[in-house]
Amino acid sequence: MSKPAIEVKGLGKRFEIGNAAGGYVLLTEQITDRVRRRGRSPKKHEFWALQDVDFEVQQGETFGVIGHNGAGKSTLLKILSRITPPTVGEARLRGRVGALLEVGTGFHPELTGRENVFLNGAILNMPRAEIQRRFDEIVEFADIGPFVDTPVKRYSSGMQLRLAFSVAAHLEPEILIVDEVLSVGDVAFQQKCLDRMEDVSREGRTIVFISHNLGAVRNLCDRAMLLSRGRVKAIGGIGEVINEYIGEVERDLPRSLRERENRDGTGDLRFVDMHLERNGQVIDSPTSGEDCDIVLSYETKGGRSFRTVNFGITLFSLEDSMPLLNLSSETAGAVFRDVPPRGEARCRLHNCPLPAGQYFMSITADLAGEMMDGVHRAFEMTVSGGDFYGSGRQPHPDHRTVLVPHEWSVSEASPQGVQEPPADTPYRAKTSA
Amino acid sequence: MNTPEASAVTAPEIVITPPERWRPIDLRELWDHRELVYFLTKRELQIRYKQSFFGVSWALLQPLIFAFVFALFFGLVAKIQAPAGLPYAVFAVSGVVPWLFTATAIQQGAGSLVLDANLISKVYFPRLALPISKGLSLIIDLLIALPIVVIVMLLYGAAIAPTFWLVPAFLLLGVVTAFALATFLAAVNVKYRDVQLVVPMLVQILFFASPVLYPGTTIGDQSGHAWSYIYSINPMASVLDGMRWALIDGQPYPGTANILISVGSALLLLVGALLYFRRAEDFFADVI
Repeated sequence: MSKPAIEVKGLGKRFEIGNAAGGYVLLTEQITDRVRRRGRSPKKHEFWALQDVDFEVQQGETFGVIGHNGAGKSTLLKILSRITPPTVGEARLRGRVGALLEVGTGFHPELTGRENVFLNGAILNMPRAEIQRRFDEIVEFADIGPFVDTPVKRYSSGMQLRLAFSVAAHLEPEILIVDEVLSVGDVAFQQKCLDRMEDVSREGRTIVFISHNLGAVRNLCDRAMLLSRGRVKAIGGIGEVINEYIGEVERDLPRSLRERENRDGTGDLRFVDMHLERNGQVIDSPTSGEDCDIVLSYETKGGRSFRTVNFGITLFSLEDSMPLLNLSSETAGAVFRDVPPRGEARCRLHNCPLPAGQYFMSITADLAGEMMDGVHRAFEMTVSGGDFYGSGRQPHPDHRTVLVPHEWSVSEASPQGVQEPPADTPYRAKTSA
Repeated sequence: MNTPEASAVTAPEIVITPPERWRPIDLRELWDHRELVYFLTKRELQIRYKQSFFGVSWALLQPLIFAFVFALFFGLVAKIQAPAGLPYAVFAVSGVVPWLFTATAIQQGAGSLVLDANLISKVYFPRLALPISKGLSLIIDLLIALPIVVIVMLLYGAAIAPTFWLVPAFLLLGVVTAFALATFLAAVNVKYRDVQLVVPMLVQILFFASPVLYPGTTIGDQSGHAWSYIYSINPMASVLDGMRWALIDGQPYPGTANILISVGSALLLLVGALLYFRRAEDFFADVI
């Protein structure tokens, strides 16, 4: 058994937050500040961005790192890629390290695509001979065609991105560190990048992948680590770590909507509670295929009544924040003539069209196009599997798409084949114009 | 920190630990990144001359224009005398060419890290590569501009001294001085942004403290005088007067003691600047 590719022991990083909010300061400012304090040094606040982090990544493994914003993911990557040193502990990396931190770093707008490829390669510590050898491959992968010798400032942002990723993707390090590169670019290119990463991992190289995109992490990684407030919260198989993360997301949410600070809108109407009901009974989790009421309780400011309020609910998949349903009272044709000062808005979802899984909802209330209240991620729920289609079968867990009633049939093809539409239909007229 | 130990087999092992507070420059690592220095230098040159109408001739035009203006005002109006009856235009141009290199190197070098802040916060490489490549690109400009001095000399009938082979030594002293000041200021600039406001002032002061427009050999009336030693603490004193002596026949010798003082002061600056740079390097990515 060979030694692990990455060995991290007791790693920690402390930041000192002075009076300025981190970052650079003005020397004159600091001197006047010092004078004002009569030479006493200012109070420093310490903050551990990362603490007691231990883990190992085996050769050839794809290891995911997940966690909320500010959990220490980026700090960890910056330490592993040697951009910033740790305060305590040590990390051992066995093999040439390539970091893919942000696409396009180091591109200069005045230089041509060709010049930038070489410069970028050098920045990523790729030998010149290797760049030369793989130059055509890089340009082809980026799909920038005849623009190789055009200054990059004339490129579309998509082209710049593709070229930048292409250089990075052709790095050949034994250990590849990737941070959130896939959150950019169009879907087709993202897929290309994911495929490329899969190739890299199949070639037996070690990858550390940091992402918010739980779907991508699940697909690419064998094992993962969950960071929470700078500490390792869970480490192990990808499935259990993602479940732990989702559980953490749920626990972190304030129970009461009334106390939520982070919201938009004028505040003339505010949501104070939200729950689910089935047949008048409060429930925790709806079941696929069964009716479910989403109940929004609200209060208005100063006991006012409103006319024509539009309530809206957007439902997202928890795993990848993909919006799946948008439910708007106005669009559904409901006109509320009188909205009492304290009340409940109820949205009935017939035959809940969601497969088993985890979701969250964002809610809004508008008055004549102006938002009175908007709460992102107001509610999270788990849908339990049910018999939506009445067929006794459940949708395959890989296909997490909304369920719609539909029918299938099979019949014998008509002898003439598919019927052509007659020549004078509007459809024909339009396409021939 | 970050000492890649080439293990016996293939994979180098990188050990990342908290850094020592003071440590020397890792020359080997810098050497490993020589291609990066090459491409960064190339980038400097490409950007500088790509979109300008005059292209590379700027490297020639700039010192010529300055020398002309200085010759006009200081030679004809203020009537400053160059030593040994040298035409003032020759005196001015031989000062302006190396001076412009030093001034630009300090100014641009001081901003070099902040200008590439996104590189520093996103990718690892020896940070010293940035001021080094800035300096190298300016050395190329200096080499392009140097023949002007000779041309102006020949136009005014000044003879080349037999010691001309010593010119590179004095220029090297200038490069070391400029590089030391630039790296130090660049590192300070990462943390304290008002350095950007101080630098032009500093360059201006250095300009008057250096024998660009007047002969430094007149300080304290003769070499060997205490004032001339103090004056030589500014390495540029020996750079400019030394280069004139080495290149132009009949120009006074700045004095061996003075040159040694300048060399010592430049080396001290360099060591101090590099030590500070190495220490500051650790927080670059955090504060930039």
